[in-house]
Amino acid sequence: MATPDPILKQLRAIVGARNVLTKQEDLIPYSFDGTAALKATPGCVAFVKDSEQIAGILQLANETGTPVVTRGSGTGLSGGSLPSEDCIVMCTVKMDKIIEIDQANLTMLVEPGVTTIKIAEAAAKANLFYPPDPGSMKIATIGGNVAENSGGLRGLKYGVTRNYVMGMEVVLPNGELMWLGNKCVKDVAGYSLRDVFIGSEGTLGVITKVLLKLIPKPQTKKTMVATFDRLDQAAEAVSAIIAEQIIPCTLEFLDRTTIHCVEDYAKIGLPLDCESLLLMETDGHPAVVDEEAEAMERVCREQGAKEVRVAKTAKEAEKLASARRTAFSALARVAPTTILEDATVPRSRLAEMVRFVEEIAKKYKLKIGTFGHMGDGNLHPTFLTDERNREEMKRVHEAFHEIFDKAIAMGGTITGEHGIGLAKKDFLPKFAGDAQMRVMRELRKALDPKGILNPGKMFDA
Amino acid sequence: MSAIDLLAQPAAKTGSHLNDLDYSVVQQCMHCGMCLPTCPTYDATKLERNSPRGRIALMRSIADGGLEATRDFAEEMYYCLGCLACMTACPAGVNYAELFEHARAEVEEKKVLANPKRSLIRKFTIEWLFMDLSRLQLLGLAMRLYQKLGIMKLIRWSGVMKLMPRRLQELEAMTPVIQDKFSAELIDPVTPAKGGKRYRVAMLTGCAQDLIFSDVNLDTVEVLVRNGCEVVTPPEQDCCGSLHAHNGEWGLAQTLAKRQIDQFPPEQFDAIITNAAGCGSHLKHYASLLKDDPDYCELAHLWDAKVKDIHEWLSEIGVDAPKVAGEPEKKDVTYHEACHLCHGQKITSQPREVLSAIPGLNLVELPESNWCCGSAGIYNIVQPEMANELLDRKVSHIKSTCTDTVATGNPGCLLQVINGLRSHGVEMRACHPVTLLAEAYRKEETSSAE
Repeated sequence: MATPDPILKQLRAIVGARNVLTKQEDLIPYSFDGTAALKATPGCVAFVKDSEQIAGILQLANETGTPVVTRGSGTGLSGGSLPSEDCIVMCTVKMDKIIEIDQANLTMLVEPGVTTIKIAEAAAKANLFYPPDPGSMKIATIGGNVAENSGGLRGLKYGVTRNYVMGMEVVLPNGELMWLGNKCVKDVAGYSLRDVFIGSEGTLGVITKVLLKLIPKPQTKKTMVATFDRLDQAAEAVSAIIAEQIIPCTLEFLDRTTIHCVEDYAKIGLPLDCESLLLMETDGHPAVVDEEAEAMERVCREQGAKEVRVAKTAKEAEKLASARRTAFSALARVAPTTILEDATVPRSRLAEMVRFVEEIAKKYKLKIGTFGHMGDGNLHPTFLTDERNREEMKRVHEAFHEIFDKAIAMGGTITGEHGIGLAKKDFLPKFAGDAQMRVMRELRKALDPKGILNPGKMFDA
Repeated sequence: MSAIDLLAQPAAKTGSHLNDLDYSVVQQCMHCGMCLPTCPTYDATKLERNSPRGRIALMRSIADGGLEATRDFAEEMYYCLGCLACMTACPAGVNYAELFEHARAEVEEKKVLANPKRSLIRKFTIEWLFMDLSRLQLLGLAMRLYQKLGIMKLIRWSGVMKLMPRRLQELEAMTPVIQDKFSAELIDPVTPAKGGKRYRVAMLTGCAQDLIFSDVNLDTVEVLVRNGCEVVTPPEQDCCGSLHAHNGEWGLAQTLAKRQIDQFPPEQFDAIITNAAGCGSHLKHYASLLKDDPDYCELAHLWDAKVKDIHEWLSEIGVDAPKVAGEPEKKDVTYHEACHLCHGQKITSQPREVLSAIPGLNLVELPESNWCCGSAGIYNIVQPEMANELLDRKVSHIKSTCTDTVATGNPGCLLQVINGLRSHGVEMRACHPVTLLAEAYRKEETSSAE
């Protein structure tokens, strides 16, 4: 449904006519995000350049009851930035300035449209380190990272986006501007509203600036690949490494299907004669790195690894990590539709979960590729299907139901890093329980009484 | 609203060109966005429709029956450079090249952009000039006369061009220098191998390449001969059809592909050599172009396997490093990757290998070496604004290398870079990597003669 003319007129007055898109050829490319099988064409798209414009749009939307979906590069994996038919897509990609790098306080102040990789590169240039590295970091924006509380390959040792957000500027649905947090390491003044906005999936306000924490660059790192004959051996190895109190920076898992797809794309010589593979990375002080690498190699061998290989050069290590980041997209080589989930379980129960996923795939006669951040218990079972096959899609849905139920029963969660959005909306009430759902609803209602921000996402307000 | 309810359902076939495609080709794109940062047009505008992911969404909408091939769609398909950087970036393995050619074919089939002027230009160039290269050579001769007889100097001196529309002035300034001799006058139909024949290869002289860079063709033949290849170079050749396929003329492209296969039966050669990246990228896909032709489809597979870019072939047979007596002359050279070499054919290390084989040559890496220079076939003629933006970016990177030569393996890029260096007042040489190698071999001869 096209946005009504009077609203368009005001939108154009706020951001300039050039920054409002209304033609169908302009809108169709905004009718999806990175999530499979979800599609809806927005009413219009508006590009914003500062908080003032964002406040103007939100005021207009609030007065007219027009839904607003905030969007960065549209790489989300739960449908969080999927438009609704009558909404204004507010696109932040043109707000892409790094405002300040504070070498004395080890912080970086950025606009929401800066890509994660630009942040990582700018930090590295200042001889500092910004650890969160979601798979889509080459194009995903920090605004989206914060709104989804994105993880990545280094979550195990370094945590996720939340652990690096010191402050932010937010515009509320009524157009009010507020600053949350600051450059202080310690700050207990009032509720930590900053933490409420992290992972709020664009439902509470629009993030217009982010103050990020940077840390010293690790002195050195070592990257290794271990291969196994059985799927669950890799999982057992990860549980054993954690149980030995080794916290490396990365423990990534790939199953046979994923290994073949990634190799087909990246051609970096991944071992193809195994059922599963662990990509392990330890970083820090050289002595610690050596010690951890040795211990991990020993544990892997004890758990029956076929081979443990150390990357010879930094370039080879980087190639391995970036190849791993393409795993999800590379799986699309096998089937037209790839539906992935990110059920997460306590790390002691990884092998059990991996076996369960295998059984479920068999039970529902589905093709599956599993990979994930095994070190933090975050798995990405990915069903390889075809969205046009309704019957099979129904089985996919049922299979995920069982996987989620199992994750919850094991003390895990239905989403480790992708968010609820639309894709997992049906499962949230069961996971969160009545009290939590009620508090979340009331919170949302308090901040967005008219329900204009990303309506229908996460839960119905 | 669950994921199931929101499922996209393709509509019934509408009988359009994009609909004839296997739906799985459009479906292959899982819109992860990995292509976005590598797309020059998206980088410039930050608009999704100017990105590969956005364009595929539009194509898919047409295939689904949700969108007609509108004027906006058509313009978008011609705003795409066709640089194929997205194919290098795409983990899912989307065949964007095929999608893009089918989309342009759809546009031409539905005559969305048709107007008398455009139709006339297309008829004259794509359907007439490039369907018979003797016509192109006649035009080349006329241009040579214009340049040699001092008419060009007179016209430029007189300032009469200033009375012409600005675009025409710009185009006149871009006119390439036509070579004194075309390939057929420089190269024998069969050139014997030096130092023992190891291979028999065919040499494709190209269309524009033949007029503007026939010297590069000669260099290529000399390099091949020096590396043990007997080179077959028929004086009369056809266009490979890349221009036609890229501009939505699928049928003409098929005709030209068949003529190539007829003239160069693939079973008779160890390799069929091209030194133009844009042609090579197209030449290697005759099998998909002719897949429904029972007489040619099998031959086309053999043909595809035999077509080699010159750098690829030299690397495969092991390029013989030029010999040098004493200390070689030091030379800093940078290398710009033609899109249709690095993205279209995934040839990245081989040209560097060829350059590094030259004694004394120090290869300085070019920042963003695989980012399009804006030439993109005829893109710099039809989309000058975007093309110039890309050219400025390229020239500033080339300057930053502080080298004296930039090498690149495609006539379009070479011309574009030469024009860019000139308009920016940069005194640097631009040439094909093979030219540098041929020069080194020639030095070898003169030093052994001494």
